[in-house]
Amino acid sequence: MDPQVTDTDGRDAELTAFLDAIYHAHHYDFRSYSEASLLRRLRNALLYFKVPSLTRLKDKLLREPSMFTELLRFLTVQVSDMFRDPSYFRALRAKVVPYLRTYASLKLWVAGCATGEEAYSLAILLREEGLLDRTMIYATDINPEALRSAQDGVYDTERLARFSENYQLAGGAGSLSDHYSAAYGGALFDRKLRDAIVFSDHSLATDSAFAEVQLVSCRNVLIYFERELQERALGVLTESLCRKGFLGLGLKETLRFTTLAPRFQECDAEARIYQLL
Amino acid sequence: MSDLIVIGGSAGALEALLVLVPALADDVIAPIAIVIHLGANQRSLVPDLLRKVTRRTVVEAEDKQPLEANFIYVAPPNYHLLVERTGTLALSVDEAVNFSRPSIDVLFESAADAYRTRCTGVLLSGANDDGARGLQRIADAGGRAYVQAPACANHPTMPDAGLRRLGPRARVFPIPELARALGPTATAAYAEGRP
Repeated sequence: MDPQVTDTDGRDAELTAFLDAIYHAHHYDFRSYSEASLLRRLRNALLYFKVPSLTRLKDKLLREPSMFTELLRFLTVQVSDMFRDPSYFRALRAKVVPYLRTYASLKLWVAGCATGEEAYSLAILLREEGLLDRTMIYATDINPEALRSAQDGVYDTERLARFSENYQLAGGAGSLSDHYSAAYGGALFDRKLRDAIVFSDHSLATDSAFAEVQLVSCRNVLIYFERELQERALGVLTESLCRKGFLGLGLKETLRFTTLAPRFQECDAEARIYQLL
Repeated sequence: MSDLIVIGGSAGALEALLVLVPALADDVIAPIAIVIHLGANQRSLVPDLLRKVTRRTVVEAEDKQPLEANFIYVAPPNYHLLVERTGTLALSVDEAVNFSRPSIDVLFESAADAYRTRCTGVLLSGANDDGARGLQRIADAGGRAYVQAPACANHPTMPDAGLRRLGPRARVFPIPELARALGPTATAAYAEGRP
């Protein structure tokens, strides 16, 4: 893979042809994802599939469509932690939960949930705040394999120390172990948490808003998109918010410089939590 | 003359940077992107420390930020820093590479892809071998590859790994001679010189 030839948009021509083929054959749209990360992940995919170029990988994929599931792992999965960026969850507790309390029934959306760590973290936080019984959490992703794993709610035992540390730093009221039991060689998170979460397939690149929610948490997803796709995705997220609803982004993501900035006010600048005006 | 300078290091690299950066000549105007390994969840002090020793503008890198002349961009803790062909920066939370996030290889490889011959890579002191593969990619793409002389580095493992990968293609200097070699006026003979 030697990205020298560029297409009219200045992107790698071979990459563009590859992403076009995926879009037409599998209806996954990576065409407006940031190039540098895509190239890096696809280089790893070339090693894994033992092919020398994206053109060859494209040919192989057309012959064996079933390998797309495996390829999707390279294109999408981001490993996350429970209570990743504890300061974000502390800010949610302090500034968003009081607002959520005023609602008789709550809907939240975790957009780009991967294997579910953040959705479970939110469910635990809401349970500790006494709000889980009236809450439905939508957790969406484009990778069906990740969604299945999220649905299982089982995480490797060796990840628990880090999860627990984050949980404490995030202001956890008890112990993380209150919320899981040992099973299947891992930690199985409480069925009541799982029952509050609806995992489903949704693409910020191609799908529309599907519900009205009080909080959207979409963290470290937009950094993988080019500007225009960021705008599109933010449009979908904004459309999903009820009046005065909250939007949580990754700690290095911002609404600044986007056309939607004027529609929000900063709720917690450091934690990147915004409130719809 | 390069359009982009990327610098990576780990243990002992901060000390090297604090000598290297102020020693850069004013006519080295290319944007500089830096990855230094730090603990996760820890606020980076590197931009603050660099500001004390240089008049260049030093910022913690933001996603989609355009690269500008005379600017220094430092990778934030817990994110990979990449360079796009459009001349902008990108951040990612992809899994750690060489147990590191940010990873020097990730920065260097993306810089090689995006800037090809117009890229200069600098590998500093460190106690692991992150960055060596990325530096090789910069050299393979026709860019310039510099390595801090291992004998003069606090932790020679990282520069040694770079040298093993690159062989004679590496330009090896102690700091601050390396700063002078990065200048646009450096002659070929000087650039090939050994410490």
